[in-house]
Amino acid sequence: MTMGQLSSNLLLIAFIIYVVDTIVFAISLTGKKWSKRDEETHSKRWGRLGFTLALIGFLFNAGYFITRWIAEKHVPVSNLFEFTTFFGMMMVFAFLIIYSIYKRNVLGLFTIPVAVIVIAYASVFPSELAPLIPALQSYWLYIHVTTAATGEAILAVSFGAGLIYLIRVVDQSKSSKHTFWLEFVMYSILATIAFVIISWGFRTANYEVAFEWINEKGKQATLTYEMPAIAGPYEGEMITEGAFGPLFPAPSWMNGANAPRKLNTTIWSLFGGLILYGLLRLILRRRLAAVVKPLLKDVKPNLADEISYRAVAIGLPVFALGGLVFAAIWAQQAWTRFWGWDPKEVWALITFLFYVAYLHLRLSRGWHGINSAWLCVIGFVIIMFNLVFVNLVIAGLHSYA
Amino acid sequence: MKVGINWGVHMEKIVCECGHENPYGTILCESCGKPLEEERTKSREFLTMRYEGSARRSQTYTRTEIDKIWNFFSSVKIGVTLIVLTFIASAIGTIFPQQMYIPPNADPAQFYEAQYGWPGKLYYLLGFNDLYGSWWFIILIALLGLSIIIASIDRGIPLRRALKNQSVTRHDIFMKRQRLYSTTAVESLDDRMNKAKAALRQKHYKIREQDGNIFAEKGRFSRWGAYVNHVGLIIIMIGAMLRFFPGMYIDENFWVKEGETRFIPGTDHEYYIKNHDFILKLYDKDNERFGKAIMEEAGGVLPKNYQTNVTLYQRVDNGILGSEPELEKVKKAKIQVNHPLTFGDYGVYQVDFQLNAFTKMSFTLNKKSTGKSFGEFTVNLIDPKQVYNLGNGYKVKLLSYFPDFYFNDEGEPATKLPIPNNPAFIFKMITPETPKGETSFIAIRKNIDIKGDNEYKLSFAGVETKDLSALNVHKDKTLWIIIIGGILFMVGVVQGLYWQYRRIWLKRKDGEIWLAGSTNKNWFGLKKDIEKITATAELTEPDDPLEKGKQRKEDTNDDGTTEQ
Repeated sequence: MTMGQLSSNLLLIAFIIYVVDTIVFAISLTGKKWSKRDEETHSKRWGRLGFTLALIGFLFNAGYFITRWIAEKHVPVSNLFEFTTFFGMMMVFAFLIIYSIYKRNVLGLFTIPVAVIVIAYASVFPSELAPLIPALQSYWLYIHVTTAATGEAILAVSFGAGLIYLIRVVDQSKSSKHTFWLEFVMYSILATIAFVIISWGFRTANYEVAFEWINEKGKQATLTYEMPAIAGPYEGEMITEGAFGPLFPAPSWMNGANAPRKLNTTIWSLFGGLILYGLLRLILRRRLAAVVKPLLKDVKPNLADEISYRAVAIGLPVFALGGLVFAAIWAQQAWTRFWGWDPKEVWALITFLFYVAYLHLRLSRGWHGINSAWLCVIGFVIIMFNLVFVNLVIAGLHSYA
Repeated sequence: MKVGINWGVHMEKIVCECGHENPYGTILCESCGKPLEEERTKSREFLTMRYEGSARRSQTYTRTEIDKIWNFFSSVKIGVTLIVLTFIASAIGTIFPQQMYIPPNADPAQFYEAQYGWPGKLYYLLGFNDLYGSWWFIILIALLGLSIIIASIDRGIPLRRALKNQSVTRHDIFMKRQRLYSTTAVESLDDRMNKAKAALRQKHYKIREQDGNIFAEKGRFSRWGAYVNHVGLIIIMIGAMLRFFPGMYIDENFWVKEGETRFIPGTDHEYYIKNHDFILKLYDKDNERFGKAIMEEAGGVLPKNYQTNVTLYQRVDNGILGSEPELEKVKKAKIQVNHPLTFGDYGVYQVDFQLNAFTKMSFTLNKKSTGKSFGEFTVNLIDPKQVYNLGNGYKVKLLSYFPDFYFNDEGEPATKLPIPNNPAFIFKMITPETPKGETSFIAIRKNIDIKGDNEYKLSFAGVETKDLSALNVHKDKTLWIIIIGGILFMVGVVQGLYWQYRRIWLKRKDGEIWLAGSTNKNWFGLKKDIEKITATAELTEPDDPLEKGKQRKEDTNDDGTTEQ
């Protein structure tokens, strides 16, 4: 087995452990009714098991990281697969820290499955071992990317805690704008899951359709889709015979690397999410947040609020250091200037300013509870936007993957 | 009680019953903490500890225009509004590429509409193509800076006074109206106090004693985090502003071909650079480890290294204009992406390249009818001469030169880039037979006789190609200011967010020990500390009324802020 294969296997094991761990945390919260033991011992036992599994999973995950590092001879955070996997790993890391402080099983039920989704999401991108292009050959790659991803992962925990708070306190007996947007968040999570399922499905079926097109660099190129084309490349010509679609071309102004393919995937995910959401609503006959709500009846809203704030207080300085300060130092070295209003830079600044506004509102103007929780959710949306959308639509210096 | 008084008028001090003189506008005595306004002493609500009840200018003076401007900018609400406006504006700037990122030859007036349709046209008309350099964006940032400065002064200075003047023994009302407060009736006061003191020591509190009372505090420096951080931000803004002063900032691209020595722009002809060799290395696509990725993701072409081998020279003569410069070698260097050549205040960076670019083209002058040649000449495509003398009265003048030729929208020849990708020329051929000259347009695979009745023509005789390297020279004297600002900024963030200012007061009162605690955040942590102390000294553990849901309304500040 080569180092590369070993690395992939370690990641797979970590992934499976995380999936099992999600179930363990679910039992720790729901199994109280059928357990013979008293409630406290039950949740303590299963909570400890859940934490231990998360720790073991994290060690395997770190094993993946180290072996891949050895195989590639550079830190594996240089494309979307590696970056997103690392992001998921750091989410588990952030969970481990915050769980050891607060010891609340519900944190596991929210953070670990999100990490599972993130890692599954990562696995859809090309994962071959790849060397570094000249722009990335710097030790600042190690420092800048890892710190920024760690900051984002800690901020993701604040999203988890904020979401717990919202599901716990939002009144589900009548519909309101809170219930609407909560459902929207649930839908977005389902769309991500749909993305993973669809990508794996078509990949397993070996589906491929190829186009000739002029790519974002103005060069003639072939673009291969791994799922049926709903949106084809702008002025592209299909070279696979007898394949489905495309129904319409991608707009010409989408300038990210291989943007039409990403747009097509996004459309599939949004539709897939809609179908998943529709099915679940049909089966459960209730809002999804209302289904989850009873699981959280033992959660103290104050504590969820406190955790979401603490995660921002820890995560924001780390993000500022990695996403702005280290980023600026590297930019000075690689691109001659520490700040150049590149879209990714701007969105890192926006993320930072958003959480700064959050802190000022919370610390100075007493925004606690529901307002504060919504801000944590929106903050994470901005992070995801920067991670996914900025690379998808906007051409910039960061469009490596 | 609050009377608007003109700025500059010396206001009377408020003397507390403990004897401490407080500045006008103080809410809680700086020393003992007693509420200074009569009606506030009767309330049962918590005291607002956020700025220690100190006299903030914005809360004290509200009448004149200056007061109003000051109050406007000191408000957190305005600050947050400015932050939100800044990030919305920044986001708008990423919808379409900024002008600096569109192709250098493109005319922005046409580019945005051609690429993005009417939204692009609108974007351009609104000036969003250069959003971050627009007057209104700069004003927005300036207002944000003003808000940071005023809000910090308004809170920071009185806060410092209040924390400096605080005494050990606090007023009964102050103790009673803390969020965490308990009383314990005890037999031996000394013994319990000593036990509590030991426990506080163990928790690393700094302890002050007076009349047998104890004041314990920890992490006071964290109260300055926000101010340190704001000072850092202001320094960064000042640094960014200084860039616009001459001599502080240089950022220029230049092309240099292999074998060429040229001056480095922006250095006043002091430094010269010679390009020995440009090297482009690709990854081997048969590579065992990476082969798959190179083929599948990069189509077999994945660059490994862009490098220019150079020698840096310094001019040592007096630099008389027009004279051949006298150069002294400074150093040899390999400039790579991520590894600039640095000297003095300057950095020279690898930014672009062009392989096998045309550098020279040769032509011969022939008579059309006989084909006889009257000599050959060579045009340097980077720096062409105006006149080429072929002897015997034969010469060729270069009237126009288009290094990267195309026909523009008006159908006239023009150039896209200043580098010779597709050179084109308009020559005037002067011979003894045609002293007035005949004009001829020459481009690659084009040789157009403009008037149509030329007797002479120019024939293409050869081309020389070399690799071109685009370098960037950068000087930024503001850098160290930005670095200091950045360090202060990070220190402040960590200082303010990772530590808290915790205080615990223990007071003897009629055979009881009164305990009160306060923190600016993380009550969870303070309560754990207090738990330890009450357990050791056998004191009553204070109830947290906020935790148990017995919501006692907090005393609200005049600007609507509440303590967290």
